[in-house]
Amino acid sequence: MTKPIDPHAGLRESATFDLFTQSQIRRAAETGIYDIRGFGAKRKLPHFDDLLFLGSSMSRYPLEGYREACNTSVTLGTRFAKKPLQLDIPIAIAGMSFGALSANAKESLGRGASTCGTYTTTGDGGMTPEERGHSKTLVYQYLPSRYGMNPDDLRKADAIEVVLGQGAKPGGGGMLLGQKVTERVAGMRTLPVGIDQRSACRHPDWTGPDDLAIKIEELREITDWQVPIFIKIGATRTYYDVKLAVKAGADVIVLDGMQGGTAATQEVFIEHVGIPTMAAIPQAVQALQEMGLHRKVQLVVSGGIRNGADVAKCLAMGADCVSIGTAALLALGCNSPKYSEEFRKIGSEAGYYDDYQDGKDPAGISTQDPELSSRLNPEEAGKRLSNFLSVMTMEAQVIARACGKNDVRHLEPEDLVALTMESSAMARVPLAGTNYIPGITDK
Amino acid sequence: MQTLDLTQHKTRQINQRLHEQKVECTEREWLIENAQGEHNLACGLDQNISVDIKGPVGYYCAGMNQKAHVTVYGHAGQGVAENMMSGSVRIKGDVSQSAGATAHGGLLVIEGNAGARCGIAMKGVDIVVKGNVGHMSCFLGQAGNLLVCGDAGDGLGDSLYEVQIFVRGKVEGLGADCIEKEMRAEHLETVKDLLNRSGIDADPNEFRRYGSARTLYHFNVANQSAY
Amino acid sequence: MCGIVSLYLKNPDWQNRLGELFEPMLISMTDRGPDSAGFAIYGDAVTDGQCKLTIRGEQDTDWQALAETLKKSFSVDWFNNANVGVFKCSTDQKTATAAVAKAAPELTVLSSGQSIEILKEIGLPENIAQHFKLSGMKGSHIIGHTRMATESAVTTLGSHPFSTGSDLCLVHNGSLSNHNSLRRDLIREGIVFHTENDSEVAAGYLNWRLNCGDTLEQALESALKALDGFYTFAIGTANGFAVLRDPISCKPAVLAETDDYVAMASEYQALRTLPNIEKAKLWEPEPAKIYVWQQSQAAFH
Repeated sequence: MTKPIDPHAGLRESATFDLFTQSQIRRAAETGIYDIRGFGAKRKLPHFDDLLFLGSSMSRYPLEGYREACNTSVTLGTRFAKKPLQLDIPIAIAGMSFGALSANAKESLGRGASTCGTYTTTGDGGMTPEERGHSKTLVYQYLPSRYGMNPDDLRKADAIEVVLGQGAKPGGGGMLLGQKVTERVAGMRTLPVGIDQRSACRHPDWTGPDDLAIKIEELREITDWQVPIFIKIGATRTYYDVKLAVKAGADVIVLDGMQGGTAATQEVFIEHVGIPTMAAIPQAVQALQEMGLHRKVQLVVSGGIRNGADVAKCLAMGADCVSIGTAALLALGCNSPKYSEEFRKIGSEAGYYDDYQDGKDPAGISTQDPELSSRLNPEEAGKRLSNFLSVMTMEAQVIARACGKNDVRHLEPEDLVALTMESSAMARVPLAGTNYIPGITDK
Repeated sequence: MQTLDLTQHKTRQINQRLHEQKVECTEREWLIENAQGEHNLACGLDQNISVDIKGPVGYYCAGMNQKAHVTVYGHAGQGVAENMMSGSVRIKGDVSQSAGATAHGGLLVIEGNAGARCGIAMKGVDIVVKGNVGHMSCFLGQAGNLLVCGDAGDGLGDSLYEVQIFVRGKVEGLGADCIEKEMRAEHLETVKDLLNRSGIDADPNEFRRYGSARTLYHFNVANQSAY
Repeated sequence: MCGIVSLYLKNPDWQNRLGELFEPMLISMTDRGPDSAGFAIYGDAVTDGQCKLTIRGEQDTDWQALAETLKKSFSVDWFNNANVGVFKCSTDQKTATAAVAKAAPELTVLSSGQSIEILKEIGLPENIAQHFKLSGMKGSHIIGHTRMATESAVTTLGSHPFSTGSDLCLVHNGSLSNHNSLRRDLIREGIVFHTENDSEVAAGYLNWRLNCGDTLEQALESALKALDGFYTFAIGTANGFAVLRDPISCKPAVLAETDDYVAMASEYQALRTLPNIEKAKLWEPEPAKIYVWQQSQAAFH
């Protein structure tokens, strides 16, 4: 990347017009079109790292890790569906499309998730046979574009996720640039090969929760009321959105915070729209509690979840389950240093690569190029993902046991404290060592 | 013929009966009486059966239809035959907005007028409207044919991909990237075929053809106003 | 996010049946709006120089005492319906409203005019219809609403219809996107708001335009420019009602007309119990087009 600046040379980078900002201005001036990229928000946001657990000591007693069980299983969709989802771990794989990802990447996700007894999710562009075949439990997304939507696949799904928005771009539709719209991708989406595809941001046949209630009933009718209906929202006005999703008839709420990733979206959207995951969870939980439906309508949280501590913190704040996207791709091998030289060749660097929209991913994940995607062995990558999911689960259990819980979902907000005023106010847990929560308690 | 009456059965029971025909078809002819604007009637069918519905229907009637032939003797609400895959749906009256939304196949015939966004994001269906269509019809249309015997509202074919639109009456306005195109012999054949299949008597020579100019297919500085 | 129902009688012989015809319409929209419901009924008009106030109190409000106090300033004829009092006063609205505010500041005036009565509460539409004995009500026309609250609280004041001035009211299905800044502007113009509700801003906007001397059509024309977001409105007037949808028109609306009535609803289901509905002319209002029916004549603008 950039060479270190000699501190004695008297050069000073502007904090306002830093080098990245300058490059963006030059880029816009040259191209006349906004920047589109993948990955999630890169700016620093208040996040789960600003929260800490209060482990057991004298007042509470911890559980022994080797002998004493700490349950991690969770059931999603108990409100209306005949067949709720039974998961062994409270960590699932978020929706990512075939198109954005290679078929091998989708298969790897299915393999990894199935090994660990959790679900994976389709994305914009329909369900592939590889994905269905390798996912024991598969959630089928119902998106505004309805690319590849068909009733046969709908009935093959274990749950249906009606997508209203995504944390990386609440209020925006998907994008897939021409490089990735190959014959197979285009065929599944009924689009001309090689075009820059812009998905709709609003569903074509309903607008608002009153109409959504009827739409959900239609989906239930088509599937004979068998499978749960999830509603996925990007985190913004979460308190109201969750209430409305519940009124519209959701079995499960999927809440995606602004750290959530994307395959291709305007940079301005990724960095400037939405609220951090940590700030959204208490709003969702409050809405569910006020309706008397917390834990009855389950809450799945996503957006920047990286390890077992993040999982435990989400559960403590009231989520029933989390889902991961970016972290799962990293586990498969996204941005791997193994391909450092190749990243450099395309003007990036291992660890920095976010041009998912270009379809040139050396790791073979966010691409439709046959040569590149053949680099990803689904069995090996699936194994890496299942390892990662196992580690996250064990980490969450370590924390739960340390807090004296025999079930990870027995973690509570009172087990948490905050390191900063921001995180205290957003997560609604006290500043460490005090009883103070800004906006809630007096001192 | 099997008759089901909505004053005696709920939508759920009726749909369940119709869905069971997929596994074993015991009856080809069905009549549903007293629809009275109920939503989600005859959605998710997957068998070569004929279903006649008496009375107006609510939202998403015959949604995601496969193989079945559904006729509504009355008006239809929002999203009739949405995401249809095959078979046919005929509405004797008017339909509300988003008729045939995202439908992949089959034939949708609307004998009355259609509301806004008729054929939005359609993906291969043939839609024939005897009357008029509302604004933004065929918005983001991807594949298939939309034939309108009456007039079309503003913004017709906005951000169109590869749908062919035929309109006999006047077009209030074309949407972004939608242009009038030449009617050649093969298009006359398409129109004739659509009219024949929908049993509508009209002169194919009176229709004009509209389609995508394909200028929005790639992000380009020249198209800034359209983003 | 809600259900809208309106019924306007062209046939004056049906006025005794207005409530009976309307009640099933309102109840049928429960799924669209389970949080609260309300309606504005027009009829039993007072003569010029008089006004009629609909005042919301509690079940045990002493309406007789209020009437006695008001009678010191002007003559009053009153009755109460559940927790709402309807006061016919031999003075202008401003004087009457001020007198009520002084005599009983805890009460809320829900509507004022010569004909309008607004009745609304939180709860299921069926319960609200029963609470106010809707089925027995008489009148020339009625505008109703069932609410699924979006971004503001489920309260009686946040329920629809919203009064927009003398004999005027508004109901809304949709969601406005610029109501906060518009509310601030309108407050500076002297319009008073009681809730954080977006629909109340639409009502306040019309109120303001009408105060400025606009006709109803002019006020609605300028509302099309000023209000951003999604809406289907039904507006009750002394002599009829109006319907307006935003230019994108995503929120549903269906109109039905026969020789005897004009009805409007969010869904056909709400119309199915109306007499001769199978023979009615049925259609969807077009985007950004103002429809007005007044005194048995339909006018399109």
